[in-house]
Order: sequence, then C-alpha cells, then structure tokens
Amino acid sequence: MIRTPLRPLPRILEAREKGENPDAIERENIRIRHEQMRDQSRLRAEGRLLVLGVFFLCAFVVVGARMSMLASSEPVEPRAAAPGSVISNARADIVDRHGRILATNLDTHALYAQPPHMVEPERAADGLVQIFPDLDRDRLLRDFTGKRKFLWVKKKISPEQMQAVHELGEPGLMFGPREMRLYPNGKLAAHILGGASFGKEGVGAAEVIGIAGVEKYFDDYLRDPANGNAPLELSIDLTVQAAAERVLYGGMRIMNAKGATSILMDVETGEVISAVSLPDFDPNDRPRPILTGDQGDSPLFNRFVQGVYELGSVYKIFAAAQAIDLGLVSPSTIFDTNEPLKVGGHRIGEFHNKRYGDLSVTDIIVKSSNRGTGRLALMIGPTRQKALMERLGLLHETPFEIVEAATGKPLYPTRWTDVSAVTISYGHGISTSPMHLAAAYSAIANGGRMVKPTVVKQSGPQEGTRVMSANAALQAQRMLRAVVTSGTASMAEVAGYQVAGKTGTADKPKPRGGYYEDKVIATFASMFPANDPQYVLIVTLDEPVETSGDKPRRTAGWTAVPVAAEMIRRVAPLLGLRPQADPLALNEVVLTSGQ
Amino acid sequence: MTEMVYGTVPVRDTEPVLPKWWRTVDRWTLTCILLLSCIGLLLGLAASPPLAAKNGFAPFHYVQRQAFFGGVAVVAMVLTSMMSPVLVRRLAILGFIGAFIALALLPVLGTDFGKGAVRWYSLGFASVQPSEFLKPVFVVTAAWMLAASQDVNGPPGRMWSFALCVTIVLMLAMQPDFGQACLVLFGWGVMYFVAGAPMLLLVGMAALVVLGGAFAYNNSEHFARRIDGFLSPDIDPRTQMGYATNAIQEGGLFGVGVGEGQVKWSLPDAHTDFIIAVAAEEYGLILVLAIIALYAIIVVRSLLRLMRERDPFIRLAGTGIACMFGVQAMINIGVAVRLLPAKGMTLPFVSYGGSSVIASAIGVGMLLAFTRTRPQGQLSELLGRGR
Repeated sequence: MIRTPLRPLPRILEAREKGENPDAIERENIRIRHEQMRDQSRLRAEGRLLVLGVFFLCAFVVVGARMSMLASSEPVEPRAAAPGSVISNARADIVDRHGRILATNLDTHALYAQPPHMVEPERAADGLVQIFPDLDRDRLLRDFTGKRKFLWVKKKISPEQMQAVHELGEPGLMFGPREMRLYPNGKLAAHILGGASFGKEGVGAAEVIGIAGVEKYFDDYLRDPANGNAPLELSIDLTVQAAAERVLYGGMRIMNAKGATSILMDVETGEVISAVSLPDFDPNDRPRPILTGDQGDSPLFNRFVQGVYELGSVYKIFAAAQAIDLGLVSPSTIFDTNEPLKVGGHRIGEFHNKRYGDLSVTDIIVKSSNRGTGRLALMIGPTRQKALMERLGLLHETPFEIVEAATGKPLYPTRWTDVSAVTISYGHGISTSPMHLAAAYSAIANGGRMVKPTVVKQSGPQEGTRVMSANAALQAQRMLRAVVTSGTASMAEVAGYQVAGKTGTADKPKPRGGYYEDKVIATFASMFPANDPQYVLIVTLDEPVETSGDKPRRTAGWTAVPVAAEMIRRVAPLLGLRPQADPLALNEVVLTSGQ
Repeated sequence: MTEMVYGTVPVRDTEPVLPKWWRTVDRWTLTCILLLSCIGLLLGLAASPPLAAKNGFAPFHYVQRQAFFGGVAVVAMVLTSMMSPVLVRRLAILGFIGAFIALALLPVLGTDFGKGAVRWYSLGFASVQPSEFLKPVFVVTAAWMLAASQDVNGPPGRMWSFALCVTIVLMLAMQPDFGQACLVLFGWGVMYFVAGAPMLLLVGMAALVVLGGAFAYNNSEHFARRIDGFLSPDIDPRTQMGYATNAIQEGGLFGVGVGEGQVKWSLPDAHTDFIIAVAAEEYGLILVLAIIALYAIIVVRSLLRLMRERDPFIRLAGTGIACMFGVQAMINIGVAVRLLPAKGMTLPFVSYGGSSVIASAIGVGMLLAFTRTRPQGQLSELLGRGR
C-alpha cells in the first residue's frame, strides 16, 4: 500500500522559508483529498444505488406477475397434501383370458366434514347417526364442535346414503368422488387377484392401490395412465376357475381336509388356467391378517405359491426321467427292491414296509418304491440331480406374477449329499410349492422344455430351455400313464380323457422336528390327455382323511386322486378337449387298491 | 431610505418552514404513503371484524384503533420529515439508545402474549414492539458510523456498526424473531454495499450463503422439511398458505366483492401477515397490483433521489430505510404468493398494528427527510456541505 504523505513536504518547506503557516497548506491538502475520495465514493454509490433500484423494481414486478398468475388460475377444491404427485384414482380393469371382468371400478363417494362451515353440528350429528348407525354420535359431535377443521366421516357410501346426507342440508358435510375396486365374481380367483385398498386420499380423489396378488404385482401397470386404461388380460379362464373351485371345495369337505389347492396349467405356454387355494376369502371385503397362530391357517394364505411343503413321491418321476435321459437305465431295467438300501448310515424303507421284489423302472414308479428310486438317485449322483432340480426351477421362488410368489422360497439342504439325493428322489428333504411342481411337470408333459408359470395371457408357446431329451420326457409320460392304468392312481381314470400322473403322500413335519403320524399332505400331479399332454393339473389336500373304509385312509390315491379325477372330468370339456374313445379301456380291469 | 427600512415586511433570512417543506419534500412518495394508509384502513374494515368478534368487541373496534393510530402515524411522519437530516440523526441516535435498552430489557419486562416469543411491552391500552422502532433508528446510527469512516482519519465505523448489527441480530434471534433479525442484517448489508463493500467480499458472502444453505438443508431435517414444503407444487389446504392461495384464486381480477370474502374467517393472521390475501379475495388482483405498485414507486423513487445525494450519511441512511421498507413489503407479499417460504412479517402501513404503523411512519418520515430536495451543486458543497 502506497501512502500519500499528508503533508506535501516541498510546499511546507517553501512556506516555512517564507514564514507562512504550514498548517493551512496541510489542511488544504486534506480537504482536496477528502473531496476526491467523496467524489469517488459518490460515483460508486450512484452505480450501486442504481443496481439496488433495478433489483427492487424487478423483484416487485416478479411478485406482481406471480400474483397475477395465481389470481388468474382457477381455484380448485383443496386437495390433501401429497408432495410431488397428483392423486389419481384411475385403475385399469382386470379381465380373464376371454375378456370377462375379474376386477373393475365402481364410482362411489367418500363423506367428509369441514366443521368450520357447519351450521348446526348437533343436527348434523343426529342425522348422520340415523343414516349410518355404526357412527358414534358423541364422538361426531365432539369432532364437529372441536378444533378440527377437516375429518373423514365415511370412506365409501352408497348413492342412497349420499342422497340422505344431501337431504340433511348441512353445508359442512361434503362428498369426495371415489373409485371403488369391485370384484364382481366374489370369491372366485381371490388369491390370484389379491385385493385393493385406498392409498393416498384427497378430497378430489383417492388412489386405489393393490395390496396383494396380481393387483399388487401389476400395481404400477394398472395405475399407469400411459396404458390408456387398457385392461390387464390374465391367463385365468373364469369358467374353469369356477368349476375347479367347486370341485375342490367339495373334495376338501368329503376328504375332511383343512385346506386344498389346485393348479391347472397349459404345458406349452405356461399359462395358469385356474389356481385355487382353499379356504378362500372375498376380495371385496378382505379379512384382516391373523395376528396369532399359524399364518397357514388364514384364508389369506395362498397355498399354491406359499404352501411350501415336502410333496413326497410325486418327485420320483424326475429321478426316473433323468436316469433314462442320462442313458443309465431303460424303462425295463430291473432292480431288486427287497435288497436293503443303506446310505450314509440311514436305512431307506418302503411305505408300510412293503416288499415289492424285482421291479422294472416303470414298476418302481407305478408301485412307488422308495428303494428303487433311491438306487436311481445314487446312479445319477447328487451333483447331476441338483443340476436338474435347478433347471426345473425347483430351487428358486417361482416367477409367477403375484406378490406372494416371492415368499414361496423352496427349502433344500445346503449340502447335497448322497443321503439328500436319495431322500429328494422320493420327495423328502426338499420343500416346494405346488406351483413349482406344476412348472416341473409341464416340462415333462411338453417334451422336455422348461416353462415359466405365468398368470398373464400369452400369445404362443414359451419355447423354454430344454431340460431333458424328448425321449426321456416321453418315457416318463408313459410311466405316469401306467401309474393311472395299473398303479396307485387308478381312481384317476376318466372316461374319454386319458390321465397320467403320480401320487405323493408326505407326512407333515412337526414344528419342533419329526413328523406327524396322522397328518399328511396328499398330492396328485397329473397331465392329460396322456398321449399328447396339454394340461398339467396339481391337486394338493392338506390333512385329508378318507373315512368310508374300516380305518381312515390318508394316502393320495384315496384322497387327492378322486378329487383330481372329478376335476378333470368337469374341466376338460370346458377347455375344449374332445373325449377320446379308448376301446382298450373297456377291457381293462380297474384296480381299487391304493398307493 | 426610511421607508425602505420601516414599513416593509420583515424578511427572515431563512425560508418559512411549511412552504420549504412542501417545496422540497418528495410529494410522490408522500402521496403513496397516504394512499397505502387509506388502503390499510379499507382492508381493516374487511379483515378485522372476525378478530373483533372473536375477542368480543364491536365489529369495527380494530378499524377505529387503526384509524387513530394511522392519524398519529401521519402526524409523526410529517413532523419527522420536516426535520433537518442533522436533527434526524441526533434524535435517531438518542432513540437508538432508548430502543436498544428496551430491547435488552425485554427478557425481564416483556410479555409474550402467549405466542411463545417475548417481543412486546404491554402498556395496557396498547402493546409496543421495541424491535419495530429499533429498525429505522439503527439504520440511521449505522449510516452515521459508516459515513464517518469515509472521512480522512475517520473512526473504524464499519467495524463498529457491524458489531452493533451482530449484537442486535443475536438479541432478536434469542427472542426468537428471525424475521426482524434478517431485516436488520439486510438493512446493514445494503448500506455496506452502497458504502462501497469490496466486490470480492460480496462474491464470497454469496458463496457462503449458498454453501450454508446447502449444509443446513443436508443436516437439519426441520430446515429441509420447510424448504421441501415450500418447493412442492401442492399445498396442504388446511395451512395458512393453502387458505391464502385459495383466497387469491377465488378473488380473480376483480375480487368476490366487498365483505364477501371467506379467508378472513379461516386465517388467524388475516389482519396482519396475510392482509394481502384478504385484499386479493375481496378486491381482486387490481387492488393488489396497485398496492405493489405503490411500494415499488416509494422504494425506487427514493433510491433514484438518493442517487443524486452528495452527502454520504444521508445517502446511506436513506438507502437503508428505503430498502428495509421495500423488502418488508416484498417478503410479506412474496409469502402469500408462495415465492418465499413462510415468515411472519407485517405489510408496512397496511397491516393492522399500532406500534408497527407508528414505527413505519417514523421510518418513512426519516426517509422523506433524507430525500428532500437539497442543493447538490459543487458550490454549495464548498460552502456548507450542502444542507
């Protein structure tokens, strides 16, 4: 910083020489410099004041412009605060594969009150209690006369109720338009559809959001205005679904089961034509989730994707098919099933300690021999067995498009030893849902290609990855047909529709380890027509007991199989399958003994 | 000769007070202020009956009070504007000392009227908010210090005034009254800007404000929620903001009609902070734009007149008062139209409030005193600093 001397020395020295007062010169100098400084700061201040003036002018213009914009916009009915989004009550319909309505919307109204606008709160409360007897008069009056400025009175009201409230003539009672989700078929396909409820609520609208099933899985799609309200087409066939539900319900009652589920699936496209889980519920009035006890007992429990159980002997066909696929055996290869089988220190026994003697591979499936299947599993080995299970999708949750499917995660041993291989070959030690089984059986039924189970209508076959050779699949189909013609599933013979399938009866595990003696999961996994399978049907009964005989019978052959047979009898014509005349069937002897 | 001495009208060496005042005062600003007072009275007729009904007075109780205080205020304003800048400065500094002490004693003697912030003295018939009076006199005091620092060998007035400003801001923030604190800080900042704040410092301060805002947004949930609520396009209809917006929209261009408005019954602060919403609803956009125009004329005109001013003290003090006045009006209206986050601030001269109106009147009176036409020529500068 350069300092300018306050005293201009030459002039002061000169003044001193002349005898003048040097102070005057100094003062003069200070005054001049002060003037300069002031001029400088004045110029700067002028500029800055101009800046300020322009700033204020602009700011006032902006405020005025904003006020004009606001004043020229239309006043809207106040909406509830919903930062960042506009509440929209649009939601697309859901239809079945033939376009029949499964879920749609109904215009209704919500009733709300704005106490500050009320004229006669007492009369309003009295009138409302008359119209809606479930309301509490004292509480209403307290709300109407208290500090609240806004309250919902009723979420959904009928047109008659709305008219009655209108006639109260109370200006503080108002109506908000609502779209209500309606399931016109009641309980039909309840577990697939799930249900909907109100999300964000405003005075002008309320979001209808899916809370379960397809409604939740496709929530974004259904609410997306970009889809132009196009309905969501499901693969479900409403008629078939209705028939299946009736048959299954009857079967469940007759077999004294506490629950039942069935899945009917197209083996080429993976489309699920019907899926039933009993007990069920009405999605129009969805029950509350149970808080105590086993969730599996709740009607909300979706057995076909969430019911993860050991399904038993239905797995045996995978071992047989894989052994044939690998070229290890042919359907006629003979095994001695009396010979004890000991793996890793565990003895493998037969059902009721039966002794079957020498059995071909086909007969192992037909008679459902644990030891025979176990030997096949040992020939295949744990690694290759696990690989097939993986390819069949049995080790992951299914991609089925309802939210509950993600919770149906299979259980299987982390270390896949020889013992695991043997037990898994006859369906123990691995727990999957019926939906898994349906998909895996479809792979056998369609000639060896994996399909993904889907609830959305497909336009053509899936052409999934090949999981076994077409020949192995064909041999497996023949074995399954033999199970019906001469094995444990003889009751599945349906006139005109050749059924192939495998029974499975698995003891239910106790929650604390071990198995119940008298509680089983009975499953019949079937496909029809057997000569060119087009549909797979899985029927599973939870704790069935058939009591027509001397002693209670629980095996699938006596419980699940007759139910499945009745279902096929009813459903196959609805699916458009022509009955086939089978001259040989007339001559066949129908076995009636089980397993 | 004799006749020339006797019998002539005695001539004073100075011009008579009133003609001089009328000749030199900024009559445009004066008119605008009077118009604003009238509008305030008019809106008081609309906005205050609900309050009167609530407190059990006659419907126009508050209008009468407003008229009384308005009259006192106009007299105070005219008297102040007649003073010379030096007298204004001296009185203002005395007033500043008084107001400062009053502010300091608030925690001991003040009341909060159940609103949670101790800002008022209760005088029985009226309440006084010392910070309202402190604002204009602080500006004058700070301008005096800033101007003094511009003299050769002057005192470090910037430092002193800044310290004073920070002290007052802290005291106001303790009450808490962040709105007034911000106004005081803003007033000082504007004066410092005009007094020649270095450009580098201004840029640095702007950067600091942005960084501080970002920091507060990321670290304070309360702050973030306030800002998010302000930025979101939807308004909760049950908040003051929601009612205000609805009222403005209902009003449209010409309003719903005198006495027909609804918002005054819903808004607790309809007669003070949200008076503009009442105006917009009952009288429409026309009146609101007129009010905005009046404020704009007052501020911009005063600033333009101050541009010609050669005396640094007058320039600074005038700028501070004018800008504070303008910003207060702008914040009040900006909040109602959701340009700014919610902040309680009265609309000078229009909002109801005794001490607020009188304090504003004294401030504007000072402004009028400062913006009076004065000889600004080089010659007068040499002779007597142009007063």
